[in-house]
Amino acid sequence: MVEEKFDFTARAKKNLFLVIAAGILLAVVGVFLMNMGGHHGEVAAEGGHAFHWYNRLYANIWINNIFFSGIAVVGVLFFAIQYAAQAGWSAGIKRIPLAFGSWLPIGGLLMLVSFLAFGHDLFHWMDGTLYGEEGDAILKGKAAFFYWPLEGGTFPLFYVARMVLFFGVWYLLFTQLRKMALTEDEIGGTDLWYKMRKLSAIFIIFFGVSSSVSAWDWVMSIDPHWFSTMMGWYVFASWWVTTLALITLIVVLLKDQGLLSVVNSNHLHDLGKFVFAFSVFWTYIWFSQFLLIYYANIPEETIYFVSRWKNDHYAPFFFVNLLLNFFLPFLILMTRDAKRHARFLKVITPVVIFGHWIDFYLMVTPGTLRENGGFGLLEIGLLTVYAGAFIYVVLNALSKSALVAKNHPMLKESLHHHI
Amino acid sequence: MAKGSNFLIGVFEDEDVLLSAIRSVRGSGVKIHEVYSPFPVHGIEDALGYRRSRLSVVAFLFGLLGTTLALTMQIGMMTIDWPMIIGGKDYLPIPAFIPVTFELTVLLASFGMVGTFMVISNLKPWGKAKMFDIRSTDDKHIMAIELSSNKMSEGEIDTLLKSNGASEVNKKNFDEL
Repeated sequence: MVEEKFDFTARAKKNLFLVIAAGILLAVVGVFLMNMGGHHGEVAAEGGHAFHWYNRLYANIWINNIFFSGIAVVGVLFFAIQYAAQAGWSAGIKRIPLAFGSWLPIGGLLMLVSFLAFGHDLFHWMDGTLYGEEGDAILKGKAAFFYWPLEGGTFPLFYVARMVLFFGVWYLLFTQLRKMALTEDEIGGTDLWYKMRKLSAIFIIFFGVSSSVSAWDWVMSIDPHWFSTMMGWYVFASWWVTTLALITLIVVLLKDQGLLSVVNSNHLHDLGKFVFAFSVFWTYIWFSQFLLIYYANIPEETIYFVSRWKNDHYAPFFFVNLLLNFFLPFLILMTRDAKRHARFLKVITPVVIFGHWIDFYLMVTPGTLRENGGFGLLEIGLLTVYAGAFIYVVLNALSKSALVAKNHPMLKESLHHHI
Repeated sequence: MAKGSNFLIGVFEDEDVLLSAIRSVRGSGVKIHEVYSPFPVHGIEDALGYRRSRLSVVAFLFGLLGTTLALTMQIGMMTIDWPMIIGGKDYLPIPAFIPVTFELTVLLASFGMVGTFMVISNLKPWGKAKMFDIRSTDDKHIMAIELSSNKMSEGEIDTLLKSNGASEVNKKNFDEL
């Protein structure tokens, strides 16, 4: 077998920079258009927080931070699961999810800096006045979750420490896994495979806990009076299916370039089944959260869906979310042929990826911007910037090693994969 | 299977021999009635030139029937025939209807699929299975060729099977049972 290498050409880099530049331009134009609208001043009179254009920028940065950091860590999770499950079929494509992990240090840094710089504008619970004598009884009860060991309303040490710990451990385990994977290319044998399996199991256990807590921290605490025991799963389901769709899309596009000769329609079929199955899984989680709240009809719980479903601003997104993330993948990927042909996968995976960005938009925006939220050039521009940068990092990581693990003990099995 | 039809039964020991025998028997223009093997053999459908099963279409249609029935039943009962407000919901609380709709969709899709499979496979409780060779349930692969549907003579097919690795070739007529 010929060794395959992904060549990240200067032209591709230039194109990606152009995409990022176009994104920045769109975002800037979006901000100008927003300010020309001139209605942001009126809202200030309502009391509470005045709305400024940069609030919308902050909320968008936060959406993209969660979205892309999630894809990065879940890429490593996919890689780890292949080892823990001793999966053979995926041996030829594992470098792609592994490359997602290279975004972790950038994503982590962006998230930490964003939080320290403007967390106050995103998170209601960061308002120090809520923790005094006249404060908010509910948030006082939750203060330790954010501020321990400090006093409520000071510096959220526990929260920041968790963020640093999660990204730190994810990145540490990722670098170890990547180092072993690349060493295996040189020396072969099965020793490293067993070591990676052990490390993968550790990663999965750590991720199991940390993904749930990060969902509470980064997403659920935006609506600090509200809670849902489904939130950890819900955020994870969204990250997971997005990552599966992105892996599939990159595999299909690399195959178009004449690379990844080890991948045939059987592997595409498996990836397609993953996207199909976990789109349904996401819907199941989404509905499990929604139905209980809808049916129990307790005001402090229903407020979450009142501000999304029964709200002129966000109701369209609420239904678009279900259309893009359930109905389209469910109906389009249902047949065997659709999962086996690159043509269909190339259409549906971007839909799913964008759909789940909308999903995160719906989790973050209503709680941070309320009636000032919108969807325009700023949103599209910032998403383009992040997507361009993410793809740049991933392709760069892919070009640094062989595209297919040369000495993977299960590569033969993957070649003969047949379903 | 017409009454009184005669079959030649090729017995194969190994699935790789079987697969290449299928290809070469079909290549020489002989129509294979059916192949029986004690375990699933990868690639056998392609070698036999089977079209994809349409059972998945059946499953989809039965599923659709389940969805329709479930929604019709619930809307008919709870919204049209005897409208009731339960838990402060509308007369038409679609989200509350989804679990039943989901369950009936899955139930009808699976029952419909199993039922269809039983009908097309002739798996009636009172049906009697036609075994070409009982050893196909143990360790032998069986290739059945119907003589009347092929131009080649019995002797020629016998030679063809043996030259492609059949360990024995027998004749079978179900009227003899």
